[in-house]
Amino acid sequence: MPDLIEKNAPAQAVASAEPKPEKPRSLGLDAWHDLRKRPVFIISAALIVLLIAFAIAPSLFTSVDPRAGDLRLHYLTKPNYLHFFQADWFGYDGQGRSIYARMIYGARASVVVGICVTAGVTVLGGLAGMIAGYYGGWVDTIISRVTDMFFGIPLLLGALVVLNAFTTRTVWSVVFALVALGWTQMTRVMRGSVITVKQADYVTAARALGAGTARIMFKHILPNAIAPVIVVATIALGGYIATEATLSFLGIGLQDPTISWGIDINSAQKVIRTAPFALFFPAGMLSVTVLAFIMLGDAVRDALDPKLR
Amino acid sequence: MTTALEKTTAAKDRLVPGTPLLEVRDLHVEFKTRDGVAKAVNGVNYSVAAGETLAVLGESGSGKSVTAQTIMGILDMPPGRVTAGEILFRGQDMLKMSNEQRRKIRGRKIAMIFQDALSSLNPVLSVGYQLGEMFRVHEGASRKEAKAKAIELMDRVRIPAAAQRVNDFPHQFSGGMRQRIMIAMALALEPDLIIADEPTTALDVTVQAQVMDLLAELQAEYHMGLILITHDLGVVADVADKIAVMYAGRIVETAPVHELYARPAHPYTKGLLRSIPRLDQKGEELYAIKGLPPNLYKVPAGCAFNPRCDVATDLCRTEIPALHQVTDRDGAELAGRKSACHLWKETLHG
Amino acid sequence: MAEPILEVRDLVKHYPLTQGILFKKQVGAVKAVDGVSFTLDKGETLGIVGESGCGKSTLAKVLMNLERATAGQVLYKGEDISRLSGPALKAVRRNIQMVFQDPYTSLNPRMTVGDIIGEPFEIHPEVAPKGDRRRAVQDLLDVVGLNPEYINRYPHQFSGGQRQRIGIARGLALKPEIIICDEPVSALDVSVQAQVINLLEKLQTEFELSYMFIAHDLSIVRHISDRVGVMYLGKLVEIGTDAEIYDHATHPYTQALLSAVPVPDPTGREGRERIILSGDIPSPANPPSGCRFRTRCWKAEERCSTEVPLLAVPEVLSGGARHDSACHFAAEREVAAAS
Repeated sequence: MPDLIEKNAPAQAVASAEPKPEKPRSLGLDAWHDLRKRPVFIISAALIVLLIAFAIAPSLFTSVDPRAGDLRLHYLTKPNYLHFFQADWFGYDGQGRSIYARMIYGARASVVVGICVTAGVTVLGGLAGMIAGYYGGWVDTIISRVTDMFFGIPLLLGALVVLNAFTTRTVWSVVFALVALGWTQMTRVMRGSVITVKQADYVTAARALGAGTARIMFKHILPNAIAPVIVVATIALGGYIATEATLSFLGIGLQDPTISWGIDINSAQKVIRTAPFALFFPAGMLSVTVLAFIMLGDAVRDALDPKLR
Repeated sequence: MTTALEKTTAAKDRLVPGTPLLEVRDLHVEFKTRDGVAKAVNGVNYSVAAGETLAVLGESGSGKSVTAQTIMGILDMPPGRVTAGEILFRGQDMLKMSNEQRRKIRGRKIAMIFQDALSSLNPVLSVGYQLGEMFRVHEGASRKEAKAKAIELMDRVRIPAAAQRVNDFPHQFSGGMRQRIMIAMALALEPDLIIADEPTTALDVTVQAQVMDLLAELQAEYHMGLILITHDLGVVADVADKIAVMYAGRIVETAPVHELYARPAHPYTKGLLRSIPRLDQKGEELYAIKGLPPNLYKVPAGCAFNPRCDVATDLCRTEIPALHQVTDRDGAELAGRKSACHLWKETLHG
Repeated sequence: MAEPILEVRDLVKHYPLTQGILFKKQVGAVKAVDGVSFTLDKGETLGIVGESGCGKSTLAKVLMNLERATAGQVLYKGEDISRLSGPALKAVRRNIQMVFQDPYTSLNPRMTVGDIIGEPFEIHPEVAPKGDRRRAVQDLLDVVGLNPEYINRYPHQFSGGQRQRIGIARGLALKPEIIICDEPVSALDVSVQAQVINLLEKLQTEFELSYMFIAHDLSIVRHISDRVGVMYLGKLVEIGTDAEIYDHATHPYTQALLSAVPVPDPTGREGRERIILSGDIPSPANPPSGCRFRTRCWKAEERCSTEVPLLAVPEVLSGGARHDSACHFAAEREVAAAS
């Protein structure tokens, strides 16, 4: 018998001697390598980094107090486009506050709402979707029906109703309303993804080894099912920011003294003829932000899509 | 039925027997991907005559399917690219033809059968409609005529109760029946050549035998050329007239079927044949070709098979072997036998 | 040999067919495995052959306790494991492991080879103490003929044959006594199949493993198996030693299966006598009454549609033909030299 094993040895040595040419790296790293080469990703990521910097440390970008109004400055003071980073760069709004400063400070509400809502719906919806997809049966039936019910409610209309119940509305009440109404979107994506992954042989293999539910869910299913959720979440993030602005514009979202682009757009719309710049800057900022997240989502989808690799 | 049959056979007989129907000459195909350039086909030569069955034998990555797709003109370009070579159909180079000319040949003169019949059929159209479509599009037949012809075709490939099943949808048929429908579709316009890419790999053994038998029978009946692409040495032994063995995008050996199995002239062929479990080897270790199939992005220098070869010499590691004419011990040429091995003599006679 | 390590008694697995979305009601059942009995001895290889839909893969899943048996028993060393759950089931899993068909889907693409092969140790920490695990994983890689330095690589960096070796290493990690191989080489290239078969045989001797080897490739099954069982539509139709099955088959289905297999040798192919079965395998949701093979059998008579043939030794036969066969008209086929 040792003879047999010896004879076998050279064949096996060769079997292992020829490594594939690539360097060892995970699929996540692979996606990163891919992303780095995409201009769309670089532009959108740069924009988002800048936006987050606005949100975290607005005072780095302007020393002007966005809430300090001087009625003498009012709309009629035209912007002075050569005064870079100064109070009157983009002019003043109806209460004589610096539009530039408000544009910078407004990022915070948008970023906080966007990120918190996305995190909330991803965790809540993702968990529900995972449970529905993993367990199937009546659990799935119940979760799916609830999801369907929520899907029937238009996000904006639903948020209007929920937010009306609050007497004072902060960033957190907006986050609450959007998470409560938006989680089902992630549930659907996650459920579908989990059902596909659940059938993979490596999940069966883990069960055959005696792995527990938690290990199977978080070690085997989640890492393989998460990609479409990340893509949808990234794209949805821009949408949540737009929704927050819309709600604030309608007067049902954030309220003064919180600074939000939506509020500024609302107050600027009345003077669109005399002071279009007052509308242009917060609206432009909002569009660029939403676009940046949607572009990021697209780039991430392309990088994670296994069909393209 | 018999008269129709006689007529078709007579028409086909005008071809001088033995002249190649299709000849592939020095074909090179590359794929450009983000990992580099994969040389999928590196100078393939083969030919097939009317009434002849050529089996192209190879493993995954040997280039056997890419060659077939190039012949059919269904290769995805890009990423694929034909860098050199000719594909002569009745003496005319198809690679130089206009798209319009090629389309006329495709389906009408050369038809293809794929491994996966379910994904090759349109799931929302009845099989009768899909079969009849060939006649409506190519021959301008009326709806009624087309349906009648579809039933006749289904009869021909022995689908039971064809007249009742003509309006059924692909998913209502079993795997074997679907593959018969694919064969019927390929036969519809009585092509001169059929390319069958792993036609029975997805089927069960007992059904596989039915389908292979049918294919061989129809081929004889219509006097067609058949290129059978497969990795299965058993299927090849059953139906092929001659064999081309491919490895890493090259033909490594061609031979008439009996001679190839009896006396292979290339170490790869020899290794494949030896690695099949045999009765007298029970309980012994199987012969195994060592190593891995080649990486097309990094084909080894010299003979692509050299890292896995038991008899490789320094010459094999540096120089790509030409496809040598194989001769017997006295130096007399063996008809149809070629081997791309520097040591073919030792392999054949040793 | 003698003592059976695994004994299967009248194993049944039905999948209910239901209708309705909210209120499901059962309208029938797919009888994937329908009364299968056999034994597996220590150190033995039992081959199971059959075509798709015959229930061989379901059988593997039920034996692995990945699917609950509808009825019947699976006795591991005398203890029924088919009803176990929780820690008791987990303990049994250490002794019965599986190798999967498709090496491309059976390895988690997001885990390194080290994590994949090391996972059994994380699930069963008692097998290898924490400090020794890396060493143990590298030993396993070595045992299956892979470079131990590949421990940090990901599955997509390996070829099919190498991946299957990784799958085998994972199956070996817990030092099981039984390994169920479900089509372990059918997804591999021809030139690599022999390597993996040799590896499995080497490991069997080295670790005294018992194999249940499920495949549709009859020549490979014959090569590796001591005994062979043939399945058709959820039932074993014939079982015996490899010589009994391959040289003295008495069940018509086995005979047809054997004659349909393409022989990799063109000699005498024109004269070869083949049984070409008509039709397809019936649906396991609605199998024929009596003998399930009767709709495709050339020997079928009235009796076959009413009386289910039992798997038993036909009394009238002698020699190699004296082995279990589930046919009313079991007989060896007069073969005109089938080679």
